[in-house]
Amino acid sequence: MLKVTDLHTHHGYLHVLNGINFELSEGELLAIVGSNGAGKSTLLGTLAGVYRPSSGSIEYKGKDITKQNVQKMVSSGICLVPERRQIFSSLSVKDNLMLGAYHRYRRDHKKVHDEYEEVLELFPRLKTMLNRPGGLLSGGEQQMLAIGRGLMANPKVLMLDEPSLGLAPLIVKDIMQILRKLCDERGATIILVEQNVKAALKVADRGCVLAHGQIVISGTSQELLNDPKVQEAYFGKMEAAKV
Amino acid sequence: MELLSQMMQLLFSGLTLGAIYALIAVGFVVIYNVTGILNFAQGEFAMLGALTCISLVNNNVPLWLAIILSIVIVAAIGGIFERTALHTARKSSVTTLIIITIGVSIVLRGAAILIWGTQVQTLPPFTDNTPITILDAVLLPQNIWAVGISIVILILMMYFFNYTFVGKSLTACVVNPFAARLMGINPEKMSLFAVIVSAGVGALAGTVIAPISGATYDMGMMLGIKAFVAAVIGGLTNAPAAIAGAFLIGILEAFTEGLWSSGLKDVVTFTFLLLILFVKPEGLFAKASGKRV
Repeated sequence: MLKVTDLHTHHGYLHVLNGINFELSEGELLAIVGSNGAGKSTLLGTLAGVYRPSSGSIEYKGKDITKQNVQKMVSSGICLVPERRQIFSSLSVKDNLMLGAYHRYRRDHKKVHDEYEEVLELFPRLKTMLNRPGGLLSGGEQQMLAIGRGLMANPKVLMLDEPSLGLAPLIVKDIMQILRKLCDERGATIILVEQNVKAALKVADRGCVLAHGQIVISGTSQELLNDPKVQEAYFGKMEAAKV
Repeated sequence: MELLSQMMQLLFSGLTLGAIYALIAVGFVVIYNVTGILNFAQGEFAMLGALTCISLVNNNVPLWLAIILSIVIVAAIGGIFERTALHTARKSSVTTLIIITIGVSIVLRGAAILIWGTQVQTLPPFTDNTPITILDAVLLPQNIWAVGISIVILILMMYFFNYTFVGKSLTACVVNPFAARLMGINPEKMSLFAVIVSAGVGALAGTVIAPISGATYDMGMMLGIKAFVAAVIGGLTNAPAAIAGAFLIGILEAFTEGLWSSGLKDVVTFTFLLLILFVKPEGLFAKASGKRV
């Protein structure tokens, strides 16, 4: 469904992505893990059209979309739920969700409203606070709102940048399970970028480890969880024994 | 009784001035919110609106049509200004863009001298201007028009920003431009839209004040600066606070002029601005704010 070939992205003089290659099939949950500064967010930003890649190609359903800007990416069905949630803090929960459907609101007025109900089914907590300004929600609720807002765009590929950031472990677990559910029950295709390696790999089908702008290890989640290098780098020796 | 009627009189003229400042100040806030730019050509929109309307009326266009046409014309000028001067330089720093707006204001003033000259021109009042007496204070119907139109427009704008989808997406651009882009909202389109709306509202302010104080090529500068002061008092990002600031400035000026000296009204206004900037730079009505990370 999505094919990334030899993708390079620069931030000024900084060569952040250094030849990324991967493929994503429909209905798959891919976890991309790696340490700070590995290029995870830049990778998602490039796929979302926020950053222009300096070379390489992104193919989506057989079509080259490398040069598309954000607006076109969203309309093609590639949507990014950004790091730190970035919700519209002064707007109500309902408005936040509706704005997620901005690119198709005028065309599909009715469908948007139906899907709004569906998204609320997925996040029943949000239902109780529809008129509250997004900024007053707790971190976990904001993350649910951000994911809900992303879903309102009706994406074919949903990308999430560190949804676990700053959240309590129990809420992280909830959110990861919701992502799994989206794949299993609705056939969503998800790219999940995480520093919380264990939580991400537990729900993902496949995983990639990103370091210095390159994918250094990739495989099924189980393979990655059992990989001694991954264990040592991300779980520490003590933790590794437990996994 | 003498004192009361005098106070009422000053209050009325303060409200009128405040209403005009409010319309221009809201334009400031809208453009600042959407683009991050302080548009110092904002007052010139009022000048262009007033003078265009006067020219149209002098050419036998009915007053109501002239007002609408001048709003449309100035809104179009605003759109051209955004596309040619701001959009082409959008990659530059905000400071550069602000200086561009100052440049544009000088150009517009220069063009106005060439077209309309330096004479004060007048627009007939919107309706029969027989004074009305309330509590011994004399009130001109044009003043009621000014306050009334401002209030209606301001309410419409509030409605637009808070209750319509386009308005909300504009607000979204303001609150979080990055996330707005990710939702497929095009900030450049929104910036164009913001300048057009502000220009149109500014033009309306000009046509409303023209029958009261006349119109000249250089009226925009003082109006713009006073509206800017009002916007700063409101904290620059908050439209209702800017409107409150505008009425505050208007009333302050009217009372200074009436009770002290008309030469000192600008002094008082700007002293007030400096005080605000020293004591409460986040705006007089700012609430404590924070962001969850």
